[in-house]
Amino acid sequence: MIELSNIKKAFNQGQPNEYWALHGIDLALEAGKVTAFRGPSGSGKTTLLTIVGCLSRPTSGRVRFKGEDISGLPERFLTDIRRQSFGFVFQQFNLIKGLSALENVILPAFPTGRPRHELVTAAEGIFDQLKLGHRSTAKVEWLSGGEQQRVAIARALINDPEVIIADEPTANLDTALSKEFMSILEGFTATGKTVLLTSHDPLVVDSTAVHRVVGMRDGRLTED
Amino acid sequence: MRPSSVVIGLLAALVLVVLALLASILHPAETDMQKLADNRAIVEKYGLTDLALFTEARYTRHPSQADLHSAFQDHPGALEHFPTGSLLAPRPSSINSHESLAGKTTSPD
Amino acid sequence: MNPWLEKQRHLIDFTLASLGRRKTKNIGLLLAYTLLVFVLASLTLFTHALRSEASFVLAGSPEVILQRMVAGRHDLIPPNYIEKIGRIRGVQKKEGRLWGYYYDTVLNANYTFMARSADEVADGYIMVGNALARERGLAAHNTISFRSYSGKLFTFEVSAVLSPDSELLSADLVLLSENDFRRFFEYPAGHFTDIALSVANPQEVRNIAAKLSSALPDSRPILREEVLRTYQSVFDWREGIVLTVLAGAILAFAILAWEKASGLSAEEKREIGILKAIGWETGDVIRMKTWEGLLISLSAFLLGFIAAYVHVFHFDAAVFEPVLKGWSVLYPRFTLVPTVDGLQIATLFFFTVFPYTAAVLVPIWRAAITDPDAVMRA
Repeated sequence: MIELSNIKKAFNQGQPNEYWALHGIDLALEAGKVTAFRGPSGSGKTTLLTIVGCLSRPTSGRVRFKGEDISGLPERFLTDIRRQSFGFVFQQFNLIKGLSALENVILPAFPTGRPRHELVTAAEGIFDQLKLGHRSTAKVEWLSGGEQQRVAIARALINDPEVIIADEPTANLDTALSKEFMSILEGFTATGKTVLLTSHDPLVVDSTAVHRVVGMRDGRLTED
Repeated sequence: MRPSSVVIGLLAALVLVVLALLASILHPAETDMQKLADNRAIVEKYGLTDLALFTEARYTRHPSQADLHSAFQDHPGALEHFPTGSLLAPRPSSINSHESLAGKTTSPD
Repeated sequence: MNPWLEKQRHLIDFTLASLGRRKTKNIGLLLAYTLLVFVLASLTLFTHALRSEASFVLAGSPEVILQRMVAGRHDLIPPNYIEKIGRIRGVQKKEGRLWGYYYDTVLNANYTFMARSADEVADGYIMVGNALARERGLAAHNTISFRSYSGKLFTFEVSAVLSPDSELLSADLVLLSENDFRRFFEYPAGHFTDIALSVANPQEVRNIAAKLSSALPDSRPILREEVLRTYQSVFDWREGIVLTVLAGAILAFAILAWEKASGLSAEEKREIGILKAIGWETGDVIRMKTWEGLLISLSAFLLGFIAAYVHVFHFDAAVFEPVLKGWSVLYPRFTLVPTVDGLQIATLFFFTVFPYTAAVLVPIWRAAITDPDAVMRA
């Protein structure tokens, strides 16, 4: 589904502090599976996810999404693909303070112009799945860490994407909540979604919910 | 209710009020037209040349009739018509001295 | 609903929610903004209405007024001067006028005394303007005494008070008979203050003025068009004074608005990053902020304009009264007939709505073109 060929990524290219985060990655990711990227911090796994998720462009190399080369597309098309096909769960959750859980969840659908009542119904459905229905009108800063993450997951699902990208999803959660997250993940694969996540948490990478683990170090893939 | 509905509704109401005000200007009230016509009749009858808006000195009471130098010829309470003039109060003694002179001079003012 | 419209409503919803998070600050800003529009719009409406009223009403004043000048000063018209003008073609009527000023020590106010023919005001009677009547507590059939410049006391009976509707023109007028006028001011017999000429054909006025100047080199003809022009410039001056006072306020507000609009907090920058990461385009972020700027500035414009309209046309521009009154004691009470200069209002609209929206957008532009992966790297 996603094919990466010889992906390289540099930050601050051409400046004295130039830094190469990725040194030529070749990888094919299957649809409907959970793939975990494992590696120490600074290994380039987050950078790789930003490239896969169309948040940034590789310095060189090709990204194919469903057979189409997307690495050269202009920002507008890239944003469209990102909105339709990828849902993000960030490490810091990145919810917008001062808005209710429901408002946060429907935000990614605003640019699509779908009617509000439709969005609210969809969001309530997701909240029910995630057992968050009773918190939908609460402001996000009043929610617990686990609830905040479920709001972030709900937000990732609102546009019904094919791929969920989660960056260190369990870094801010205790064991019980981490296990709960993994069971939510299994629910995703059951509905045919592809999941990509980064983690160095054994609870995640050793979990049966994860189908494939990709090791990374210093911007290169290591043996699985 | 959606916040956008409330705000768009309020703005639309304000726009309607403004349009209503502008429309009322296009169709002035009968009484207003009558007042203007009456005032013009007064101007014609008495041969008035100026508005009685600023009565403090003759060149402000009748600016259209004033001569070039009149700003410096009026009574001491008068101010010249430059911007600073209406930002500063006249010297109190200047008015008082004029008061004591009023009616005591033999020549016309 | 059309997706484009629905999207704009989503953006408005979001921008309102983010404005709501700093409620006090944003309401304060809206109030300050509204106040500024109110003052500027009041000024525009007031001066325009006053000018158009002046030009309509004073269009009835004499076509030509002839003054005599001596050493740069306005002087009396000597006897036989009117005859010296002789017959000028196009002049329908020549009339010597008698008027002057009287300083009333009771009020410290100046009045305008004007002589009328005996069939209008009989000897011993006066007609007074409404502002004067109000300040001195006069009504019809009251008597009032004035001490003339020569020290003699004259007592008059008020035969009528002029219409309150005409206060803008007649606030300080005292109309009295010619005999009384000459006795009161000891005005030399046969002399006049100036001469009013009626001209039938408006195209002839300039020719007639030229003929008058050459026939009487010491005279100064004042044309009606000069009278009208005087009023346009007089209110420019007045407006200038108010603007001078306002300049500080406008500048302070500009700094406030700029600071508010352009100072993008780290929080807001982070939010823009999140919005971009979850699928908003740079254009969506900019559209959302444009709505913020438009909503605030449009509300301020509409509220300020309506308040100004009510202030000027229903409360007689009470805020400006102290400025316009200056140091005069007699100030007319008048209600202007509502009129609006479309161009002025459009200018005001442009200068209130556009700069603020631009000030909101400039910093957002810089923040919005950053890469959306910034949130992941943080």
